[in-house]
Order: sequence, then C-alpha cells, then structure tokens
Amino acid sequence: MMSWIYAGMLLVSVLAAVHSHSGAALSAAVLEGAGAGVTLAITLAGPICLWSGVGKLMDRVGITHMLSVCLGPLLHRVFPSARTNSALAQELSGNLCANLLGLGNAATPRGIRAARLLTRDDQANDELCRLIVLNTASIQLIPTSVAAIRSGLGCRTPFDILPAVWITSLCSAGMGLAAAWIFGKLWHHA
Amino acid sequence: MLDYLVPLVLLVTALLALGKREQAYPLLLEGASEGLGIVISILPSLILLLTAVHMLRASGAVSLLEQGLAPLFSLVGIPKETALLVLIRPISGSAALAVGADLMASYGVDSQIGRTAAVMLGSTETTFYTISVYFGAAGIRKTRYTLPAALIADFVGFFMASLTVRLLYP
Repeated sequence: MMSWIYAGMLLVSVLAAVHSHSGAALSAAVLEGAGAGVTLAITLAGPICLWSGVGKLMDRVGITHMLSVCLGPLLHRVFPSARTNSALAQELSGNLCANLLGLGNAATPRGIRAARLLTRDDQANDELCRLIVLNTASIQLIPTSVAAIRSGLGCRTPFDILPAVWITSLCSAGMGLAAAWIFGKLWHHA
Repeated sequence: MLDYLVPLVLLVTALLALGKREQAYPLLLEGASEGLGIVISILPSLILLLTAVHMLRASGAVSLLEQGLAPLFSLVGIPKETALLVLIRPISGSAALAVGADLMASYGVDSQIGRTAAVMLGSTETTFYTISVYFGAAGIRKTRYTLPAALIADFVGFFMASLTVRLLYP
C-alpha cells in the first residue's frame, strides 16, 4: 500500500515538474525534504518520549481506571453488551480512556481485545462498528505530537489549539456514531 | 486555567505515583525509552515521505491539486491549501504528519492554514489503517457500514477544524 502511495507521489511530482519546467527546484526539494524528515523526527522525539513515560505512569497509578469510572454511564449507552459482560466493559473503557489520554500504545491492544469479545461471526455487528468508528475518530484530550510540531516551529503557545481540537473531535466522533446508528437501522431493513 | 493543564497532568501523575508507592522515576524512564523506539521506527518513513511531499510541492503538483479541489473545498469552507492533508490523512499517519508539518512551516504556525492543519491532525485518525488493524485482529470479512461511517466522521472533523479555527482565532 505505502509503496504505491510513495511511487505515486514521485510520479505525479516528476510529471508536474516536466509540465511546469521546474526540474531544478524538484532536485533541490529531494535533499531539502530528506533533511526536513530528520528535523521533524527530532522535533517529535522529546515530547513523544516524555509522553510515553508519563503515559506509562498514568496507566500504572490508575488514572485510566478513574477516567473509565466517570465514562461508565456513557459507555453502557453506546455498548449495551458491556452491561452484562464485565470483561468487555473493562477492555472498552480501557481503550477509550487510553485514547483520550493519547496513549496509542496502551489503547490498541485493549481495543483489539474488546473487538474480539464483541465478535460473534465474520460480520461486523453494530457494536463492533461503533467501537471502530470511535477509534478512527481520534478523541484525544492532549494532542502532544501536534503541539510538539508547533512548538518546534517557534510557536509560543503550542497548546492554544486545544479548545478547537476538543470541539472538532467531539463533533466528529458524535457524527460518526450518529452515522453508524442510522446505517445500522437501514442495514436491518435492507 | 488551560495554560496549567499539561504541567498539572505531569504533577498529578507524579504525586499519585508517590502516594501509591509506585516506582515513579523508573517507570517514566521505561516509558520514555519505549518512546525513543517509536521515534526511531517512524524516522525512516518521515524522511521518505517528507522527501515526496517536498517534491510534490516544488513540482507545482500541490498547487494544481489545490486549484482543482478549490471549488469543492470553498463550498464547505475548508481552506484549499489543506487539500493534500485531507486526502492523505485517512490513509497514512506519517504522511499526514509530514504534510501537516510542511503546511505549518510554510504558512506559519499561527496562521489560519497552519492552525487548521494542526487541528485536523489532532482530531482525526488514520482511518483505513485503524479499520484494517481491528478487522484483521477480530477476523471480520463483512465490514458492513464501518468505512462509510468512519469517513463521515473524518469529513466532519475536517469541516469542524476549519470552522472552529475561523471562529476561535480570527
């Protein structure tokens, strides 16, 4: 998949450069881009390391667990099976809370265990669809990588985008769930 | 209040760990070295993808794409400069990071386009990748309506990112 995307990007660049006679700029961009990749990785390195450390600690001292107690009622509305299946409820809330805290490493294994508990056959049921939609609509309280990039580019207030990120995430997750709910109804009648 | 959020998260976590008699510092170190592993694992793809993104921009392909999609984007109020980011976000996380960082650098971190790119990156996910991981792990063949619902969520994310940035940071 990535091989195709990468080759496609190069093909389009070369064709567009031939079309606009910008070969010299294209060659310069090769070296410039490779350097920019290293700069970006270095910009991200500090915050990613710090946040995985803090994330490990948050998970260990039970912040993920406390958050899941608060989210319980909401969780039971979206995933009715979690009411009777406590193992499932635990994995689901662990997945959502780790996502909220931006701990991708902790979120994915729990999400996958929850997905396996929800699965009954080779068809995606309504609750599994909802779980995946929630995971594809990143609901993150503190988007550290983005803040790191902003800070690396000299922004003095890298976190001032938080309110916009929260509103946007809530709307996108909410609409995703609403769409899943409507599609779920239609699929039954089809 | 918002200014203290991140420092307080760090402080509260550290204090809770002390209260629970957890080995706070070794755990932080362990997590941080895992983070270093993540950085090293994404470094090669960031180099390759930023090379490709810079080539796309230098060749004029990005401005062609922006012009082509401009009518559609202006209809829903998404800045046309974010066209490449919007297209690549659901497909590849590192590529989206590369394109977003490039947008923030070229237009300025505090510009409307720079902020919109930041909010888009912070509030959406690599949809196709996430779906394939979950369905692969759960052994699902019939995905039913998951992809369309997830893509609707992405679209709402791009739309709301543009809208909130326009309203909150005029």
